[in-house]
Amino acid sequence: MSAAESEIYGLVGEFAEPAGAIAMARRLHQEGFRRFDVHSPLPLEEIEELLPARPRFWLALIMFAAALAGFGLGFFMQYAVAVIFYPLNIGGRPLDSWPAFVPSAWEICAFATVYIGFAAFLVFCRLPKPYHPIFNAPHFERASQDRSFVSVAASDPLFDSDHVTAIFRDCRATSVGEVPA
Amino acid sequence: MVATTEHALPQPVIGPEQNDTSVSEHLSDLVLVKRTPLWWYAGMGISAALMLWLVVAAGWLFYFGVGVWGVNIPVAWGWALANYVWWIGIASGGTFISSLFYLVGADWRNGVNRFAESLTLFAAAAAGLMPIFHLGRQGLFYWLFPYPNVMHIWPQFRSPLLWDFFALAAYVLNSIVFWYIGLIPDCATLRDRATTRRAQIFYGILALGWRGSARHWANYKIVYLVMAGFMAPMVVSVHSIVGLDFAAGIAAGWHSTQWPPYFFIGALYSGWAATLLLIIPIRRLYRLERIVTERHLDIIGKLMLATGLMLAYCYTLEAFQPFYRGDAAERNFFLCSVFGPQGGSFWTRNCLNIFLPQLLWLPVIRRNTIILWLLSLGIIVGMWFERFNFVVTALAHDYMPSYWFNFSATIWDEGILYGSVGLVLVGFFLFIRLLPVVSMFELREIIHRKRKA
Repeated sequence: MSAAESEIYGLVGEFAEPAGAIAMARRLHQEGFRRFDVHSPLPLEEIEELLPARPRFWLALIMFAAALAGFGLGFFMQYAVAVIFYPLNIGGRPLDSWPAFVPSAWEICAFATVYIGFAAFLVFCRLPKPYHPIFNAPHFERASQDRSFVSVAASDPLFDSDHVTAIFRDCRATSVGEVPA
Repeated sequence: MVATTEHALPQPVIGPEQNDTSVSEHLSDLVLVKRTPLWWYAGMGISAALMLWLVVAAGWLFYFGVGVWGVNIPVAWGWALANYVWWIGIASGGTFISSLFYLVGADWRNGVNRFAESLTLFAAAAAGLMPIFHLGRQGLFYWLFPYPNVMHIWPQFRSPLLWDFFALAAYVLNSIVFWYIGLIPDCATLRDRATTRRAQIFYGILALGWRGSARHWANYKIVYLVMAGFMAPMVVSVHSIVGLDFAAGIAAGWHSTQWPPYFFIGALYSGWAATLLLIIPIRRLYRLERIVTERHLDIIGKLMLATGLMLAYCYTLEAFQPFYRGDAAERNFFLCSVFGPQGGSFWTRNCLNIFLPQLLWLPVIRRNTIILWLLSLGIIVGMWFERFNFVVTALAHDYMPSYWFNFSATIWDEGILYGSVGLVLVGFFLFIRLLPVVSMFELREIIHRKRKA
């Protein structure tokens, strides 16, 4: 990697349609690039297939664990209160009336899943992140409206400015440009 | 079934001429560029005035106590509880549209889910206030929360009233996140289209630096899917627990296992109606006819009809059971609710919830926005009368005739009800002015899905 290349974040190309960005991403993936990203105003299923599945697996697993933990802790909090801390003898009924603890445990479970899921989502996406070099790309404000962008990071071991530019041209990017780091 | 209706109907779920650009421009210009319309000021003014009524009524209530209301023993549960059940029901519809129809992949859901979720948020907030108002000592509501305290007392977890506290608290909190996570990509659009510094900062903060990265989208989709999977059953549980509040009471007429589904169906019904009630004028005023099409209204109309029929079944069962069980007190409760002092509310609810909505069988009615709007308004009002009749009559006609009571509301009861409508509308007016009223990226999704198909 030359000195000039280390000063840039990477190359960014703009596409009029998501299809162009999808083709570009497939090509990059096929050639062995891994540090590339697609920025689109809508989720693209085709790109998902190119991404490592592991983060999504972990997210789902974290939410599942949150659900179990929420239910379990919620349940045992109620058990502890009703049986250990504050036993109430009402007509000799059993203290461990577990079916009555299920509704609140479920609500706590749903609460834990949604909040921990949201927190995990932010952590996995490294959000909030108000500044990112990609925002310097020309026209990038349209990435949230009607254009798709592909960025190839200069830190990718395969990164070669001319070669990547050629791929962008092949895939009919409407514009290609370097983004400063 | 989806395929057949699609062929039978001339109206698509989104105008075929719509594309990514037009959707982004139209919906964000409503917020960023367009001057605040006159009707907005009028609507906001009226809503704020109504909300002021709530502030005054609540202030008087806090100062004087629940004696300002018409409640008295034995009718200790009055309008506040009827309002509570009513609002939480209206809230349920929004989450249900958003979560259940996301799980089943219905494309029409994307045009209305933002409306519906926002309505949920404000309605659930209004609902949450009611039980607190209802407490004689409002400042001590946090005693419901299980926390170690110097009194060494703990809440009673076997009581549905406490389940209700957990259900409502979790539901309100979850609705906020479920609504907000769906807003993040749209806030990014607003941030990028904003021309003033103030708007850029405001939406920039809300967007959290969203840049539409493929990795973010992939994470977003899995998290949203799981959240939807939890929100759908949660709605069912929340309103079922509200039903259990009554079912666990021993008052004649309340002590029955049928209430959880009965309440939930009523909740959905008022939820659809409230969604239509707000969406019909907004789509007209904001020129959203090509985005929220007649197809949406038609589908929600059908859902309303189907739910109304389920409710009719519930009402029939409600009338059948007291006679089938042969309990004199219950029979008496039922006859009092039909012919007694609150009988008017019984017949109002039947007319507005069951008889009139049968007009929805006709496609021409479902596509006539004015009649549809009026029917929705009727259902909302009818549902309030249902809740009121249910809450008050059972207590007013308990087992002993010497204990009977003729409930009548005071202006402070009315202030809380109308004021809470103002509260919800103020929230809604702020929402339609500050945020995109339809989820833009989800519209782009259906546009691209349609184009691919």
